[in-house]
Amino acid sequence: MSAPAAPEAARSDRHDPYALGRGGHGGGGHEATGHGEGGPAPKRTVVAYGFWIYLLSDIVMFSGFFAAYAVLSGETAGGPTGAQIFGRGRVAIETLCLLLSSYTCGLGSIAATRGSRPATLGWLAATGVLGALFLGIELQEFAELVNEGAGPQRSAFLSSFFALVGLHGLHIGVGLLWLATMMAQIWLKGFRPNVQRRLMCFNLFWHALDIIWIGVFSIVYLLGYRG
Amino acid sequence: MMLGKLDWSAIPIDQPIPLIAAAVVMIGMLGVLGWVTKRGYWPYLWREWITSVDHKRIGVLYTMLGILMLVRGFIDAIMMRTQQSLATGGSPGYLPPEHYDQIFSAHGTIMIFFGAMPFVIGLMNFVVPLQLGVRDVAFPTLNSVSFWLTASGALLVNVSLVIGEFARTGWLPYAPLSETTYSPGVGVDYYLWAIQISGVGTLMSGINLVTTILKIRAPGMSYFRMPMFCWTALGSNMLIVAAFPILTATLAMLTLDRYGGFHFFTNEAGGNMMMFVNLIWAWGHPEVYILILPAFGIFSEVISTFSGKPLFGYRSMVAATLFIVVVSFFVWLHHFFTMGAGADVNAFFGIATSIIAVGTGVKIYNWLFTMYGGRIRYPTPMLWSMAFLVMFVIGGMTGVLLAVPPADFMLHNSMFLVAHFHNVIVGGVVFGAFAGYTFWFPKAFGFQLDERWGKIAFWPSIGGFVLTFGALYVVGLEGMTRRLQHVEVQEWVPWLHVALLGVGFMMIGVAAQIVQLVVSIRDRERLRDVTGDPWDGRSLEWSTASPPPFFNFAVQPDVHGEEVYWGIKQRAIDEQRLGPEPEYAPIEMPRNTPTGFITAFFATLIGFALIWHIWWLAALGFVGAYATFVAFAWREEEDYEVSVDEVASFDRARRAARAAWLAERDGQPT
Repeated sequence: MSAPAAPEAARSDRHDPYALGRGGHGGGGHEATGHGEGGPAPKRTVVAYGFWIYLLSDIVMFSGFFAAYAVLSGETAGGPTGAQIFGRGRVAIETLCLLLSSYTCGLGSIAATRGSRPATLGWLAATGVLGALFLGIELQEFAELVNEGAGPQRSAFLSSFFALVGLHGLHIGVGLLWLATMMAQIWLKGFRPNVQRRLMCFNLFWHALDIIWIGVFSIVYLLGYRG
Repeated sequence: MMLGKLDWSAIPIDQPIPLIAAAVVMIGMLGVLGWVTKRGYWPYLWREWITSVDHKRIGVLYTMLGILMLVRGFIDAIMMRTQQSLATGGSPGYLPPEHYDQIFSAHGTIMIFFGAMPFVIGLMNFVVPLQLGVRDVAFPTLNSVSFWLTASGALLVNVSLVIGEFARTGWLPYAPLSETTYSPGVGVDYYLWAIQISGVGTLMSGINLVTTILKIRAPGMSYFRMPMFCWTALGSNMLIVAAFPILTATLAMLTLDRYGGFHFFTNEAGGNMMMFVNLIWAWGHPEVYILILPAFGIFSEVISTFSGKPLFGYRSMVAATLFIVVVSFFVWLHHFFTMGAGADVNAFFGIATSIIAVGTGVKIYNWLFTMYGGRIRYPTPMLWSMAFLVMFVIGGMTGVLLAVPPADFMLHNSMFLVAHFHNVIVGGVVFGAFAGYTFWFPKAFGFQLDERWGKIAFWPSIGGFVLTFGALYVVGLEGMTRRLQHVEVQEWVPWLHVALLGVGFMMIGVAAQIVQLVVSIRDRERLRDVTGDPWDGRSLEWSTASPPPFFNFAVQPDVHGEEVYWGIKQRAIDEQRLGPEPEYAPIEMPRNTPTGFITAFFATLIGFALIWHIWWLAALGFVGAYATFVAFAWREEEDYEVSVDEVASFDRARRAARAAWLAERDGQPT
């Protein structure tokens, strides 16, 4: 998907040892790197693989907060319930922003594969703006709730709501900082192999946050409207 | 307020014990720093250790931190045993309750997080890439960051000795006791930030080693050719990746409760304190397997090497390891059968707990069958392994007893439980760590540890261990609960004296290990490991020199068949000559970087600032950490090249030593 950064990548264009159905057991054959005969995998594979493992661990962390929300979502302690405080339209716009930002992020990746610096920066900037919009709306929602006396201290339900949604928002915020830093690097240094690898990791990160948001959207907001 | 909650009252001037302890530590540290400065070692330390991204150096640093903290935790243990022996009848003992509570909390926290964990992670870091036949781990710089973050957490825990206080809530800060209502001081905050910072380090280390084992192996090193230690390291690190985020999440929730007035685990506003116990043990039970699996790997290597046989039942060993990895996530509730989840739930977890012992049973039999018919030698690593086999079976059986819910209702929170988990963690993890330490020490430093002092250390340790925890089993069955600052029942007191006597023997063991290290450094020429294979080893780490060059292997090993190094060695012995000299090529190695050290510096700053509510300092720390990352991301060159000449001259020296060894053993029976 990206420009061949290393001879290994070029070789894998001709014949992909990771293709399904090759070798004796359905997976990669013994010539595949990281599977025995092939020796250490190329750096790009190693980095992506390591980042996947990190994302899995991150999803485990989110699952802890999801579990806490599931346990505490009925514990309103006489305070407002989800149905009373969640604004339908706002969540729809938020979700739209985030899903669109994933799309622009993917377009940025394609532009980077083509080696076009302006297009990459443009799409990444669009991703950042959409992400910031999402975060802004979320913060506005938080501020309104706190002003109405429905802050995290009000009840265990609100504690777990603020923590779960806020953790996702925190990830988006860190992602935006990462994005800005990486854009500066592309701007100044172009597509060096390590920048390309980071761009790949950022794509994985951003899409993973989308998937987690789908979970938040379904479990917190959709189930919350039902009351 | 510039310094948040911090003022002079944080220094415990009225309490002589922590103050004296802190003074001794400070004098010791200043002494070491002064010595290093006087001898002009700083440039060397900075270049070769602090900024090193070499997995072997980082492994040694981890292990050193682990050993240091084991000693620190052992001092806590001595204090607790002494207090319980003294504080009976009218005597209050010498530790007031609020201090005693800090000591048992610090003992558990330090032993698990900063003693045992760094020790086993250090051994995995050092050994795994060598056994896989590769040059480094997947992410060398990340590895350095991991270590320094762990060190940062250890530092924060020890700072609590002088500035402020440590938690009084036990090694797992059960809510709501750990909430601000009942623990208003900074003790729990020290715990939270120290564990969070070092936990991030552990998680990254887990990601690093999983990626290394699955993606970076020598050509031909298929999964079923990996040494058993690599398999157990893989299992352990997969558990780190899957379990540590739960710890992070749980402690983050407690932090939000304490800092933001949230209600996750509070008594009021709908908080659920049992959720804390469930979440913490959903991490906590996998954690004990994170510790014990690498130890299982060490025993596999040691027993196979010193029996002169390949490991018996290799595939069943792999299966048992992975079985333990999976089932370890289905047993957490046995830590609180008394919660009242109902008979069906308790039955499920009781049965799962009994079943997980089957995996360990398979391993025990495999080790016994490995020894069966072997030509067994008994150097120190093997002695620790033998002690483990006996002790772990006993500890395992008391564990299965505790897994029966009705029995657990009687024994819950008793000294019997304390004896059980020390039986498996000391008898398993610590003995394993000692076995690994003596086994791989010559590989790390190029000379062996003195065998005589090793044996002098071993016998009092095992004797004292049996005395102490045997006695604690008895008082546990007699009904003594854990964590008592004052002992009212006179019948228990003789047993507590026996336990104290056992600790005395273990002190002799600890002292003998320290003497062993000093004597071995003094006599290093006599103990020199010339060939790089002092134990007649079987896996790839013994094929390179001791200590290995920073690039590990002059040419990447090509693996054919199981126990590749054993095959190469036997061929050389049969043919009375080494294989042909390989063709050398330049090697790309990662550059050193201070990123890890600087990141940990800012992490320590952030942790300390958050503990004392010094918000501006915390913000400063975050900015500094971000700047460090950017500086790292911006650096121009990541790798440098080792010249052919350097590689060749190293390898020719190694081959000369091997050839001399071959010539010397000429005429001996193989």
